[in-house]
Parts: sequence; structure tokens; C-alpha cells
Amino acid sequence: MAESLRDIKRQTQAVEKTKQITRAMNMVAASKLKSAQTRMENFRPYAGKVREVLKSLASQMSESTNPLLTVRESKRVRIMLMTSDKGLCGGFNTNVIKTAEDFIKRQRREGKEITMITVGKKGRDYFRRKETIVSHHVDVLGRFTMDLAVSLGNEVIFPFEAAEYDELYMIYNEFRNIASQRPKVVRVLPLQEEDIDEMAGGFYRDYIYEPSEEILFAQLVPMYIKVQIFNGLLETSAGEHGARMVAMENASNNCEEMIESLTLRFNKARQAAITAELMDIVGGTEALAKSF
Amino acid sequence: MAEELLLEMVTPEEMVFSNTVEEVYIPGEEGAFGVLINHAPLLSAVKTGELHYIRGGKTVYYAVGEGYAEVVGDRVTLLVETCDRADRIDTDKVRRQKEMLEKRLDELSKEEEAEIEKVKAELALAETRLKVAEKA
Repeated sequence: MAESLRDIKRQTQAVEKTKQITRAMNMVAASKLKSAQTRMENFRPYAGKVREVLKSLASQMSESTNPLLTVRESKRVRIMLMTSDKGLCGGFNTNVIKTAEDFIKRQRREGKEITMITVGKKGRDYFRRKETIVSHHVDVLGRFTMDLAVSLGNEVIFPFEAAEYDELYMIYNEFRNIASQRPKVVRVLPLQEEDIDEMAGGFYRDYIYEPSEEILFAQLVPMYIKVQIFNGLLETSAGEHGARMVAMENASNNCEEMIESLTLRFNKARQAAITAELMDIVGGTEALAKSF
Repeated sequence: MAEELLLEMVTPEEMVFSNTVEEVYIPGEEGAFGVLINHAPLLSAVKTGELHYIRGGKTVYYAVGEGYAEVVGDRVTLLVETCDRADRIDTDKVRRQKEMLEKRLDELSKEEEAEIEKVKAELALAETRLKVAEKA
């Protein structure tokens, strides 16, 4: 017996509804992605400038005594993991969580102690029972400003200065383009000297410093850390929306395919039902004709 | 014209201003200072305060947050947390914000030093904004 027509119809309607939702989510993600991308672009000149100023300052400093540049023997590693709060964005969170897990495994093998700070619900939920999370921040990525980066920055800088841990890595999704995000691991603390050194040569300017270069440098280093964190947050947020947009696009396409195959089945079943009915009628009249 | 100063003001959220000006006055941490063309290279911390520049004979006021100013040759770059032009400041909103901050400051206990510092800084910014808004 062919499937009942009503069942197929009901199924088609359900898929139709799902498609409407995924389409809407796709469009919402697209518009959010656009504003996230604009923010990223607007932030670039600022970040670039901070870096530039820091580098030119570093070139003036003979011996840096800044505590944030102090390299200690690395025993305790802290990880700042950035994920999204919401799901339905393909492999976005899975990828970055997997990267974090591999990283933790490697560090453990070297006998290091791991603590974590998570930004975003997904990372916290995954690592809650597995690792020591010193602090977590959820539902902050919807609307955030530099303030968030500043408070996150302070949260990592003070314990580092107090030698509560030796190294800080930030793990987040790098935004490459709309369709592609790649998990990235960056060492944030201690600040990589080669990072600053790289441009130091040949960038000498005889500045007047107000206040002294030591003080300025001491202010700018934490600032640079916060800039890095803010950058991570921006990329995570743009990446999330990009990933969701693509995921929802795929979901909508799959819905369409399903609707197509369901419609085909519906038509076949309908045809079968008509044929069966015709056979009944023909059989019936023949039987009647015979009896006369 | 080569005899102009390029002023760029950048915040983490956007490039606020990028154009040539005749002179600019910056609220430096060790006192306000003016910059004209061919100023010696300078790197200074900027504190919350009033900034103004003169362009085409007209003076434009801004309220700026903390940050840094870099002067090189004929370029001035300002890296600040916030930057609002006088005539774009919503005084009612800032006033409400100020009241809220004052209330919060009263509620805070002495132990919460970091928080007090933060609220005070925000309060200073609100006051600056109000003061600057009057000059619009």
C-alpha cells in the first residue's frame, strides 16, 4: 500500500516551515555579519596605530623591565577560549573547542598545569566538567564594546603580574572570509618580544615623551593586550555570524531538496491512488456487465 | 597646500575624524598643549578633557577620553577611547548618566577601589562632555 497522501502532505508542510525559519536566520545572520565586519574594519586603524606607537617606543627602550614581558619558566598555562553563545553555526564552535582540546593535551604532556577563562556559552559548557575554569563570561558577545576587552584584559594582566600563572594563550576563530574561519592559538602573555622587535630597527624617531617613555610604555603594553583581546572578540563575533549564515544557507537548500523529493513522492502516491481507484471502477463495471 | 596639519582621531569603534586643520589643542596628561605645523615629534598621554582644532578659521570642540597623541611632522594622530563632537553630545543623556554614576559612587564601599576608580573616570568623562557641549 502506498503511503497515505495526508502523511506526505503534512511532512512537506513541516519541512516548508523549517525552511522559512532557516531562511530568516540566514538573513538575520547576514545583516549581523555585515555590522560585525564593519566594526572589524573600523577597529583596524586603531589597532594598527597602537602597535606602531608601541613598537616605536620599544625601539627607544634599552632594557625592558615591564612585568608583562617577563618570561618565566612556563609551568602554569592559562587559556582564554572564545566561542559563541548560541549554536546552529556549523562547525564553528566544534572546531575551536577541538583545537583547544588538542592544545591542552599537548601542554599536559609537557607537564603543565592548565586553567581556563571562557568567553561564550559553548566553550564553558564543554569544558565545565573537564577543566578548571577560573572565570567564564556568557551572553557578552551580543553587544560588546571595548569595555569588555578592558575588563577581560585586567582579568588576565593582574594575575600574570602576580605570577599566578606563567603564560596566556588565546584560542579563537580567526575570521578569514565569510565562508571560512580558522581556529587560531596566540600567545598573549608574556608579550612576544619578537613581536615588538620586528619593526624596532630602522624606526627611530626622536620623540619628546610626555610623561617619560618608561611610563608611556608601561601604559601601552596593557593597552596592546586589550587591543589583541578586542580583536579576538571581534573576529569571533564576525566568524560566528558568517558560520551561521553559511550553515543556514545549507539548511535551506537541504529543505528545498527534501521538499522536492517529498513532492515527487506525493505525486507518485496520488497517481497510484488514482490508478487503483480506476481499476476498482473498471473491475466493478465489468463485473456488473457480466451479471446482466 | 603643504602648510597644513593632518589630524586623525581614532577610537576602537571608528575613525572619527581625518582631515587637515590649522592647529589643534590637546589635553595632554601633563597639561594641555597646542600643535601647529612643523611641531617636533611628540608622543604624549592624553587625559579626559576638551580638545579643539581650528579649521578654516572656525573652532570645533570635542570631548575626548583617555588615550595617546602622536605628532610626527605634519601629522597628528590621536588614539582615544571615546571622542564626541560638541554639537553631537546628547546633554540630557549625559546628565542622566552622570546622576546614575554619582549614585553608584555613593553606594560603593571603600574596599572596591578598582570599581571606584572606574566610576570616577566615567564621571570625569561625563562632566567633560557636559562642559564641552556648552561650547557647541
